[in-house]
Amino acid sequence: MNDKNEHPSVNDGDLESLSADEEKLLDELGLFGAARRQFLGQTLASGLGIFALQLLAKEKALAAMTSPDAVLAQNAASGDAIQVTMRINGSTQILTVDPRTVLLDALRERLGLTGTKKGCDQGQCGACTVIVDGRRVLSCLTLLASCEGKEVTTIEGLANGAGLHPMQAAFIKHDAFQCGYCTPGQICSAVALLREAEAGEASYVTRNLRTITKDLELSDEEIRERMSGNLCRCGAYPGIVAAIREVQSGRQTAQAWHFATQEEIAAVMNDKLLREGRSDETV
Amino acid sequence: MARYIGKEMSRVEGIAKVTGRAKYAAEFRVPNLAYGFIVSSSIAKGTIKSIDTREAERAPGVIRVFTHLNAPKFRNDPQDRSFRALQSDRIYFNMQPVALVVAETYEQARYASRLVKVDYNAEKHQTDTEALLASARDPSHGRGTRVRGNPEVALREAPVKVEAEYRIPIEHHNPMEPHAAIAFWEGDRLTIFDKTQGVYEVRRHLASSFGIPEEDVTVISPFVGGAFGSALRPNYYPTLTAMAARELKRPVKIVYTRTQMFAGHGYRPYTIQRVALGADRSGKLTAIIHEAVHNTSSFEEFDDNTTGFARQVYACPNLRASLKIVSTDLHTPTWMRAPGAVSGMFALESAMDELAYALKIDPLQLRLINYAETDPESGKPWSSKALRECYLLGAKKFGWEKRKFEPRSMRDGEWLIGWGMATGVWGAFQAPAAARITLRADGTAHVVSATSDIGPGTYTAMTIIAAEFLGLKPEQIKFELGDTRFPRAPLEGGSMTTASVGSAVHGAAMAIVARLLDLANRNEDSPLKGAAASDVELLDGRLQLKSDPSRYVDAFDLMKRHNLNEITETFEARPSREREDYAMLAHGAQFVEVKVHSELGIVRVTRIVEVTACGRIVNPKTAHSQEIGGVVWGIGMALQEATEVDHRYGRIVNPNLQHYHVPVNADVLEVETIFVEEDDKIVNPLGVKGMGELGMVGIPAAIANAVFHATGKRIRELPITPDKLL
Repeated sequence: MNDKNEHPSVNDGDLESLSADEEKLLDELGLFGAARRQFLGQTLASGLGIFALQLLAKEKALAAMTSPDAVLAQNAASGDAIQVTMRINGSTQILTVDPRTVLLDALRERLGLTGTKKGCDQGQCGACTVIVDGRRVLSCLTLLASCEGKEVTTIEGLANGAGLHPMQAAFIKHDAFQCGYCTPGQICSAVALLREAEAGEASYVTRNLRTITKDLELSDEEIRERMSGNLCRCGAYPGIVAAIREVQSGRQTAQAWHFATQEEIAAVMNDKLLREGRSDETV
Repeated sequence: MARYIGKEMSRVEGIAKVTGRAKYAAEFRVPNLAYGFIVSSSIAKGTIKSIDTREAERAPGVIRVFTHLNAPKFRNDPQDRSFRALQSDRIYFNMQPVALVVAETYEQARYASRLVKVDYNAEKHQTDTEALLASARDPSHGRGTRVRGNPEVALREAPVKVEAEYRIPIEHHNPMEPHAAIAFWEGDRLTIFDKTQGVYEVRRHLASSFGIPEEDVTVISPFVGGAFGSALRPNYYPTLTAMAARELKRPVKIVYTRTQMFAGHGYRPYTIQRVALGADRSGKLTAIIHEAVHNTSSFEEFDDNTTGFARQVYACPNLRASLKIVSTDLHTPTWMRAPGAVSGMFALESAMDELAYALKIDPLQLRLINYAETDPESGKPWSSKALRECYLLGAKKFGWEKRKFEPRSMRDGEWLIGWGMATGVWGAFQAPAAARITLRADGTAHVVSATSDIGPGTYTAMTIIAAEFLGLKPEQIKFELGDTRFPRAPLEGGSMTTASVGSAVHGAAMAIVARLLDLANRNEDSPLKGAAASDVELLDGRLQLKSDPSRYVDAFDLMKRHNLNEITETFEARPSREREDYAMLAHGAQFVEVKVHSELGIVRVTRIVEVTACGRIVNPKTAHSQEIGGVVWGIGMALQEATEVDHRYGRIVNPNLQHYHVPVNADVLEVETIFVEEDDKIVNPLGVKGMGELGMVGIPAAIANAVFHATGKRIRELPITPDKLL
């Protein structure tokens, strides 16, 4: 299927058929009017809906359970709680938390922003990468208390306005993920990386530090090096490099796979040198 | 001509994954959730003398501390010997759970877990497979003991022979997502969000552990953040989570820490292999002796089938391929990507390279000389086998003809260049699987099956298959998986999902077609009168005669005329009887270039050409990613991965991603993948074979062979770290 065909138009009927939860989600994402239509076009093409409706029903049933917020009450009562004010994905959040809380757990457990992933919880995998004041940080090693007054962008905050961030779209196009668990961290890392290149920041493999300029165009080697803090166990690295290179350079990247053609196969099957090898004398 | 099968398509769940909306096990919003944190043992063997939980219980936020003293006992299930936690004072392996702290918040549970004090009566343990070889025994079911011909005599008489031992350390899957579950009870009914490769397997395990009917357990797992085998068997945390939730009467979540992942779900076993090959001077193999020993646990038997696939790779009249196991005081091993095959083929394909050098025959030629035209094990014909095409095409693409035979003969400044190759092999498995399709009169379809998508692209492949056979566009299909409320599917393992579940989706689509034809032909004037279901197809809403598409019925009008808003069909696909007459394998050839630093011993894998023949490719985009993933895993296994056990303490000393090295972005350079499609009408209706594991199988041997070519050093113990090359 051609990539051009993957974003079918969405008519108003589709918009009306959204459930209340889907409406709410799109509102949260800041998608209205044409942007919403375009986003839904992509989502419908994904065939999956925004999330599985079956699961939504289960979560609704659970929400009906009575839930006194014992946690907060207890923390506040114990006197250990700290209050942190910060901006997350453009909106101000005031959180009262256990001082041991790291940004990662605050995002996932308190704010329900589970797009940011916990992979190792000790700064060794990059899955929890978010953008704080424009720079990529490991949210598992960042105490929430250190985020006072900071601006945090998570994967949920990248797709604002007109649908997907170009990096998100490029990751889909280049199949730069399989299981998807490291993906939000990879994408946040990649987005922050673009700014590092813009600012002319050097890496370990940068050849000449004296002549380094702003607006670096990153080689594959540079991208690989600068992305090596984000592990991908599925091994989608070549796709990640291709996606970043394409977004950074604005040039399309060629695919690295192909089907063997009948002609290619016939040629090698008839190739005596290949089939019979060389005698020892010529070795 | 297929409209969608074989065409490139982006992942249908792509948007969910790149926006962070895809929900993994630990991410479901559940109110009044309590957090569990596991406390692990610090000895490898013995008993718990005493356990003091008082301080932990007094810590703020702690709801309860479970130990073997107060945790309810699970039912004994003779069919399921998998380890269940907190059942007795006995310690079977280091980092075994000894307590579970449940608190209001994660921070509170984690802190209190450090306040639990445990005293042990330690017993003498043994975690070193090497020290236990004298106790090696056959696995109880005795797989692979059949001897072909007379290998010992043939080896003795062979004019050229090689013999060597190969070692593979313990390796861990390390998926990016830690294993996790959220469980809650509504009366006696349990719902659990779990990270698993098989929701039905977890359901059976939980139902049997709690002694409740399977229908009362719902397991939900729509997204799995990688697994690679680590979520095939029911691990100990789902029972633990469900137990705590039942006792506390509120939802509980448990997530493994990265460290706990190293004793929480199994691993690739420590494997020692001896391979002896005999050949005549022309290179024809006359004897293959392949013996493997690997470890299992003290309480459960695991058998990796290390030498199984190797029996079918080369034509050789005399073969013995055996496997023995030893019991260690470690957790039970399990299947890890390309289980058995990648271990066995590392040894066999290294030995083939050694034989090539003993014979002074090009390593690729040696494979061609011993090409198995029929299955050497059963004598049956192959359902399809395009391995020769893979070899030759790969050689051509790689430029193999420019290779100089002698080791250390190619150089790039300080870097020694080596070119190596190896064969890859995997099965073409199919297991019974069911799928349900609901076709709606509005032109959309809902397709479900309780399979999993751990990353290979199952969502997308099933959407493509459904679109193809329902004649709809992919965006009109919604495919869902990972839920025990859907029809049963096998574990997502063994690279059999597309063959198994895809055949079920295909079958369900065919049932829809048959049902529509039946409806159409209730009308006397039907243009399809007299047609059989196999004569018609659905295409863009028309039920039409394949041979004459001008004879058609509008399927959705037809449904509306019969007042049907939707029709639903469930189909269970089973392997065909015809399969029994054939040998079925997927094959590949892998060509690798390494550069080895002459002073530092650093190995860089600079170029790989991977050619695979695994039947038909449903989606080349995701298939390509699967093959690349296999290559990356092969690089990790060959050069980096090892779980180090300090045998004095029987404890893993590198249970984290800093010291357990997996490939990073900078380790993966040029990878080219080529598919040689096979037209295989035997394996299954779709003609697909396993591919997820295949891409990895030959890589470690190909890298080791390339390292030999570069340096003249034959490294027979993985991983090939710089110290072994200096």
